[in-house]
Amino acid sequence: MLDGRVYADHAATSPMLPEVREAWIAASAVAGNPSSLHSSGRAARRIVEEARESIAAALHARPSSVIFTSGGTEADNLAVKGLFWAARDRGDAPRILSSSVEHHAVLDPVEWLAKHEGADVTWIPVDDRGLVDPTWIAEALERLGGDAALCTVMWANNEIGTIQPVQDIARICRAAGVPFHTDAVQVLGQIPLDITELGASAVTISSHKVGGPVGIGALIIDIAEQFTPVVHGGGQEREIRSGTLDCALAAGFAAAVEAAVRSQHEHAERMRVLQESLVAGIRSAVPDAILNGGQGATRLPGNVHFTFPGCEGDALLMLLDAAGIDCSTGSACTAGIPEPSHVLLATGVPESLARSSLRFSLGRSTSDEDVTRIVAALPSAVDRAKRAGSSTRNGAG
Amino acid sequence: MKLIAALSGGVDSSVAAARAVDEGHDVVGVHLALARKSAGGRERGCCTLDDARDARRVADVLGIPFYVWDFAEKFQETVMTDFLDEYSAGRTPNPCLRCNEHIKFSAVLDRAQALGFDGIVTGHYARITHGDHGPELFRAIDPSKDQSYVLAVVPRGQLAAAHFPLGGDYKADVRAEAARRGLVTAAKPDSHDICFIPDGDTAGYVVSALGAQPGAIIDSATSERIGEHRGTFTVTIGQRRGLGLTVPAEDGEPRYVIDVDPHEAVVTVGPREHLMVHRIEADAPLWLSSPWSGSRSDVQVQVRAHGEPTGATVTTNGDAVVAELAAPIQGIAPGQALVVYDGDRVLASATIDATDRVRRPRVHT
Repeated sequence: MLDGRVYADHAATSPMLPEVREAWIAASAVAGNPSSLHSSGRAARRIVEEARESIAAALHARPSSVIFTSGGTEADNLAVKGLFWAARDRGDAPRILSSSVEHHAVLDPVEWLAKHEGADVTWIPVDDRGLVDPTWIAEALERLGGDAALCTVMWANNEIGTIQPVQDIARICRAAGVPFHTDAVQVLGQIPLDITELGASAVTISSHKVGGPVGIGALIIDIAEQFTPVVHGGGQEREIRSGTLDCALAAGFAAAVEAAVRSQHEHAERMRVLQESLVAGIRSAVPDAILNGGQGATRLPGNVHFTFPGCEGDALLMLLDAAGIDCSTGSACTAGIPEPSHVLLATGVPESLARSSLRFSLGRSTSDEDVTRIVAALPSAVDRAKRAGSSTRNGAG
Repeated sequence: MKLIAALSGGVDSSVAAARAVDEGHDVVGVHLALARKSAGGRERGCCTLDDARDARRVADVLGIPFYVWDFAEKFQETVMTDFLDEYSAGRTPNPCLRCNEHIKFSAVLDRAQALGFDGIVTGHYARITHGDHGPELFRAIDPSKDQSYVLAVVPRGQLAAAHFPLGGDYKADVRAEAARRGLVTAAKPDSHDICFIPDGDTAGYVVSALGAQPGAIIDSATSERIGEHRGTFTVTIGQRRGLGLTVPAEDGEPRYVIDVDPHEAVVTVGPREHLMVHRIEADAPLWLSSPWSGSRSDVQVQVRAHGEPTGATVTTNGDAVVAELAAPIQGIAPGQALVVYDGDRVLASATIDATDRVRRPRVHT
């Protein structure tokens, strides 16, 4: 995040907090492999274990259930593949239930398992707000006789901010005896997160989305559940995820989670006010803009996602970039080529409009002035992007 | 000025962008995503991704914003489809010209201008001067790199917004400058192939896109069938190699493709003298100077990107152009562009439909 810019891309990564940087730098001076038996190793191990305990306490989980990974993507891969392979080894049906709006870190492992490992995937649809109806999952499980390797539904969507009724889904899966995984990367720090109350088999969290260092995340597991490792080696992390742990990353991660949970309530209140102000501002500045996703309790407080008909999202992004505003089209890129968002397509938005969308994700650095600057910059950017959109016959962009 | 710098990931566009930045322009780097998939349905090759990465690294070093603009669909519609249509019609297309005409100095420039930019800077080797009657296009100083031929299809209105900072430079100096500036592209080899046929196997590409359509190779001297081809679109007038002929010619001289007839699926081969063209007819001229009517004999014509200029008398009625060559040129195929020069200055371009050897008019527009 550069000085003088409006940084409205906190869902991509959020600037490191000062207390995180202190914890991270202090721990980086400790030389020792946490798995070594000597004094230096024990010093490093103590930092890792204290980080584990701190994260577990903040999220109402047991320390032994926190499996550190290299980040959210690895945690999602471990959950999906680890649960799938363990279930297959038990003789359960090689079947996966997945929402159709998952992050690529879930979506791609699911599709990979379907292509290479014979997984039979049931895609759970969403409504026009991006919401999964838990009864659809109940019906799907009933149809399948309750025999599936796992069900995965993200807690909140990274693009349009829709918060799923994961408590209900977890209950349904528990009753059917099917492991349930949820990607909670976007909700951490934005809504209360109680692992014990949720009762899922696996929950993914990530450090850098809440002002921690990049390069660490965790899968918080139900220790009664079986996971086949994805990364084999020295047997660290309950033999579920091998590899030497970095005590500095763990210390920074723990400081970030602690801060996110401690300030969650007041942070969310502040985000709600900014969110309402930005949504109202965009609606009045660009009357034909369409808000995507849910409202109120079904939407993350830091997420604002609009479609601007007639504009290419990436043209808008470029014009706003030039105006000092960092935001995102929210969708994945292949070699820099924007693809229409699978999330928007799943909510029924047509492809042309899906390409015309922008995400503003607010966070700790966001101020009233930032909102004012975004709203002030949008009309001329939209105007120009519309002209650029109509200047090329097929709207290539 | 606010300028888009088209960054291909090569050395020339890198230095062109760097100079535009030095001159104080407000420059934004853009890499064009053109061929998303190759003919065999393969994903964008690793080389293409490397080019995008190199372009991004150059923008980083220059401290300018960088974006990838996706013109793959438009490129498919206007360049790749035309390429196959032209080969199907027994003509020889030049996709780089079509890309300059429809993509770089049309769709990309339109988009840039709509987004508030004043123009586009590229690493082409050619010069533009701004005279009383608008921009004028000239050959580059470095004759071995001159690209005025492939730019001669860009109308003056668009040339007015084009910037070619390298037109007055020699390639070796441009490379040295790139190295001095610390640009990652300094030592990259020049690209010679058609960008969507990276392995250079044009015949293989066309066959995989259109399917093999075999037919006879006929010797013009004997009218006998002496071989078989995979499709008339796999050969080009003037071609000598790769025909797989085993029967030697009666006179022992090499034989060249002298005509391709896609309707009868026949390729005719004959001696070199049957390739000699004295007269060229071309249609739909684009004027980069004041059009004349009647004849001018103080001009030169060029029919290939890196061909030699030849003195000619060029006669036009406005819709068509006829060039009577002062000395014959070997192996001209319909579909190639005829570019008319007055010394270093480009006067006009037009697409060849016929020569005194073959007539193969365009079947589509």
